[in-house]
Amino acid sequence: MITKKLIKIIEEAFFRVIMFLSTCIIIFALGLIIYSILNKGIPSLSIEMLTQTPKGGFYFGKEGGILNAIIGSLYLSIGATILAFIIGLPVSLYINVFLIKRRKFVNTIRFLLDLLWGIPSIVYGAFGFTIMIFLGMKASLLAGIIVVTLFIIPIMVRAIDEGLKTVPLGLIESSASLGATKSEIAFRVFTKQCFPCIITAILLSFGRAIGDAASVLFTTGFTDHIPTSITQQTATLPLSIFFQLSSPIPEVKNRAYAAATVLTIIVLFISILSRILSEKYKKTIIKF
Amino acid sequence: MDESIKIKVENLNLLIGRKHILNNINILIPKNKVTVILGPSGCGKTTLMKCLNRLTDLYPEMKVSGKIFIDNKEILNTRNDITKIRKRMGLLSQRPYPLPMSIYKNITFGLKISGRRKRIFLNKRIEHYLKQASLWDEVSDRLKEPASCLSIGQQQRLCLARGLAVDPDIILADEPTSALDPLSSEAIEKKFIELKKSYTIVVVTHVLRQAMRIADYVVFMYLGEIIEQGEAKEFFKNPKRDKTKSYLQGVFN
Repeated sequence: MITKKLIKIIEEAFFRVIMFLSTCIIIFALGLIIYSILNKGIPSLSIEMLTQTPKGGFYFGKEGGILNAIIGSLYLSIGATILAFIIGLPVSLYINVFLIKRRKFVNTIRFLLDLLWGIPSIVYGAFGFTIMIFLGMKASLLAGIIVVTLFIIPIMVRAIDEGLKTVPLGLIESSASLGATKSEIAFRVFTKQCFPCIITAILLSFGRAIGDAASVLFTTGFTDHIPTSITQQTATLPLSIFFQLSSPIPEVKNRAYAAATVLTIIVLFISILSRILSEKYKKTIIKF
Repeated sequence: MDESIKIKVENLNLLIGRKHILNNINILIPKNKVTVILGPSGCGKTTLMKCLNRLTDLYPEMKVSGKIFIDNKEILNTRNDITKIRKRMGLLSQRPYPLPMSIYKNITFGLKISGRRKRIFLNKRIEHYLKQASLWDEVSDRLKEPASCLSIGQQQRLCLARGLAVDPDIILADEPTSALDPLSSEAIEKKFIELKKSYTIVVVTHVLRQAMRIADYVVFMYLGEIIEQGEAKEFFKNPKRDKTKSYLQGVFN
């Protein structure tokens, strides 16, 4: 009996140590990434960097900033997130409210979306590029938005879907018994119950959109100007980081870290904003 | 058909796959009375109730056949607007499912989706129905707060008020007190007795004592079949079938 008890204690301790170590590794890795970005980025970060577009010789370490990439990235990812939300929300409501009768079909859709989620973004970029050539389009903000939208729709749909899935049948039944039609249940009840989850989905998609370089590599091109129309080429932060980082000049390299800092801060800001929003609406949702 | 009969179920069968959940159900539910559907867990009481307001439509696996008449109108095989049929029946489920919005909006939800939007009208209605569910005194000063902050007993009464607000003539209650404490249960039971003047009430329960307290008419179900039905006094005093007798004596539960 004693040995059995001892084994249990050892087992317990063993798994505790493993869990603790894994947590440490993750925190350490994350800390290291943030440290290395900030360490090299902050010294190069200046007002000039944030408020100016690249001047001649910027890529040789001369004056200028990355305003073109900041604005471009925001245009691109906000546009794509809005589009993906407009398309994605109805999809997830549809499969959760209207198709509850057809579980096999719904599971197939979920499987396909997961598959799409797993496809690397460079494939989306290449796909977009082929279509653009076919249509005779040039690299532009519009093309980038469309490709990034396609790329984040599966993320958006599945993230909202995970929340909608948890809505109990009882809530559907009681809304239905009040005389609500399916679309009323979807748009008035489900969206309220899953509001924090929808916010998270938007954030997740936005984060993927703003941080992805491969899908915009062929489709938006790169320019030193701030775009004034959606048919123009656009710079993006990830590509700006990429171009500056591949430069042999140390100053330019450090500016890449400054751009990375800006990107991190944008993502951090969006995270905090979504936390505040979902916390605010958490009170209203019913816990089951 | 008799004027005093509100709901008439004729040869109702419900199958899930090859399993008979409801087997040839025939019942008459009297108007302005409390009808209790009694039976042990898993005998199909809840399913029967779901047939009455066609919530069975939400479940793909349920195959329903037979006829249900409400005020002499067939509702089961009609292509008529289901939402209209459902609106005639307030539903109380086993545990309260308040909507994820404020107390105020919970009650106006049903009214708003049927197109009543005038604020003065809504405000009047809210007070009336919250009073009817004896909840007004507890929440009148915090109507804008989310319904999730109410206790579970209050939530169930809110669900009652919300159900009444769409102006039904039938109240369906599916073990409405099973998640509640004794005091809240009593409040709900008292409400039923009060409300039967103006509503036809159907309560599903497996609690014998509750049935004895509130029932005017009893339907006893076992394994998807109706064993016995009749006036409450007669039913509890002189049960005719052996199964009913043993259930009443607590031999199986």
